[in-house]
Amino acid sequence: MSDTALLDVRDLVKTYDSGEVETRVLKGLSMTLDTGESVALLGPSGSGKSTLLSILGTLMKPTSGTYMMLGEELTRADDAALTEFRNRHIGFVFQFHHLLPDFTALENVMFPAAVAAGRETGAARQRAQQLLERVGLADRMDFGAGQLSGGQKQRVAIARALMNSPELVLADEPTGNLDRESAEQVMELLGEINRNEQTTFLISTHDEKIAATCRRQIHVVDGKVR
Amino acid sequence: MIYSAKIAWRYLTSNKTQTALLIAGVAVGVYVFIFMSALIGGLGSYLVQRTVGDIAHVTIEAPSREAGLLLDNLAGPLLVQQPATGQRDTLNAVDAFLPAIEAMPGVVAVSPQIVGNGFVVRGQSRAPVAVTGVEPDKVSAIANLEPRMVAGDTLLTNSSVIIGQTLASELGIGIGQVIRLQSDRDVERPLVVSGIFALGLEALDARAAFVGVSTARTLFDLPQGLSRVEIKLADLNQGDGFARRLASDTGLTTKSWTEGNASLLDGLRAQANSGDLIKGFAMVTIIIGVASALLLSTYRRRSEIGIMRAFGASRRFVVAVFVLQGALIGILGGLIGALLGYVTLSPFPPPSAISSGGLPIDVGQGSFALAITLTAIGAILASILPARSASRVDPVTVIGQ
Repeated sequence: MSDTALLDVRDLVKTYDSGEVETRVLKGLSMTLDTGESVALLGPSGSGKSTLLSILGTLMKPTSGTYMMLGEELTRADDAALTEFRNRHIGFVFQFHHLLPDFTALENVMFPAAVAAGRETGAARQRAQQLLERVGLADRMDFGAGQLSGGQKQRVAIARALMNSPELVLADEPTGNLDRESAEQVMELLGEINRNEQTTFLISTHDEKIAATCRRQIHVVDGKVR
Repeated sequence: MIYSAKIAWRYLTSNKTQTALLIAGVAVGVYVFIFMSALIGGLGSYLVQRTVGDIAHVTIEAPSREAGLLLDNLAGPLLVQQPATGQRDTLNAVDAFLPAIEAMPGVVAVSPQIVGNGFVVRGQSRAPVAVTGVEPDKVSAIANLEPRMVAGDTLLTNSSVIIGQTLASELGIGIGQVIRLQSDRDVERPLVVSGIFALGLEALDARAAFVGVSTARTLFDLPQGLSRVEIKLADLNQGDGFARRLASDTGLTTKSWTEGNASLLDGLRAQANSGDLIKGFAMVTIIIGVASALLLSTYRRRSEIGIMRAFGASRRFVVAVFVLQGALIGILGGLIGALLGYVTLSPFPPPSAISSGGLPIDVGQGSFALAITLTAIGAILASILPARSASRVDPVTVIGQ
């Protein structure tokens, strides 16, 4: 693992066992992401992109292989350790915004910090306000999630992903549910954050145009990096 | 904890109608619990008061006269003394204890008595009576005659007698009239009827007569000693313990009221058990209601739980969110049910003051604190299953849906 590498996975294998049928989704996948990179993850449906993102996001454990991030071997960590690691170092942006519907935009953004501290601190509130201003939603902070448009929700989701200043943001089809204009705005925002804050982005997409805005592309085909 | 409580509250208030219905359901369960406690407790008090309220809670009795063994070292037939059945059982050394017994905690009244049987004679009429000789100022110490006097009063002199209403009407006598009281010792005294009572118990109203203790000494030829000492306690439930303590402290023969009222106690116990069963059902209903509502909520919020887990919420945090919802529902439902119970049950008169046919509800026995505590605990227990289910939600599965 080089000095600049943020994460390094080696020989990742993920097998789903449904009792009678065993499906191997990742077949010895290896890859590295450097700090500050913006990488597009491409590949056909069923190639293993989502499974790879889940493993990199510590939401799922591989069947075998190693996963090092920030010097920690994560495949052997227990659920509590992974939860804490995820909270501090990884942010997520999903295709469907997945905001908490009973919370305002500000409360949604504050969530990762509040859940770590056990309460909504003044500092967290300030940071969340700055992030919402940055994504152009200063006037929507106290709006409920249901009162926002699709593009606005996704921008709130991006602000939430950045709340704890994570080293890595994993985005799974972040523009897949948006119109062209909103999609361009979201990608522009992600690019800007990547350039200014050296946050590493791994963006899973089917859209070659969006992939082209990233500095590097990784193609996953049949459970391996091509 | 603060943040999980905030989320729990937010979840509860996000669907106000559903939460209000859930809390109302819990409140009804708590109300049933409190109502049953107040009713069963009140009914118990009412029955005890009506049946044993006018009897002594502890009685010091004369020791029974058992046959004495004259010679116990013989190998052959035992030589025993026949009990002197003709002699009266008498307490001879109890006077010295009376001031100390009166000063014991929990003692309301002590009534030294001389009792015996006799006949009330009026013209050609004769009626058997049980005569109780009491100290003139202690006529109402054990049986509260004062409010049950239908004529005259409870003041006793050396030449007066108080009799029951049935006896008075059987003999056709009233206040101020003279009867002759003939004891089983063949002593006869003319006495003026100074009071007529109606206790509502035929055995007493037809066959009881109260005289002064000095009159009783004459009638029963008992210049010294007493027949028994009756003691009334502030709490009749302490009867057994008090009787045991008194016997061991003084060496006297004591008897608690419960020894002669086993059937009543069995009935009260059965009644209390029935009440407990109904209260138990109310609690089970609360637990099932809360558990099912929270399980539904868990299912409905699976995707949100997955997102929370993805952004760093631990399993413990998720458990706390759902357990706190259960606790909030339990506490709020408990408080509302208890308040409702207090407001609606308070206007009922206490069992001691109800008229015939009234509901003997004793709001003081409503077990309010117990109802709230059990409901809160029950609701928390009910939320554990949904909370555990929520904490096991797989973020990958639900986020992908």
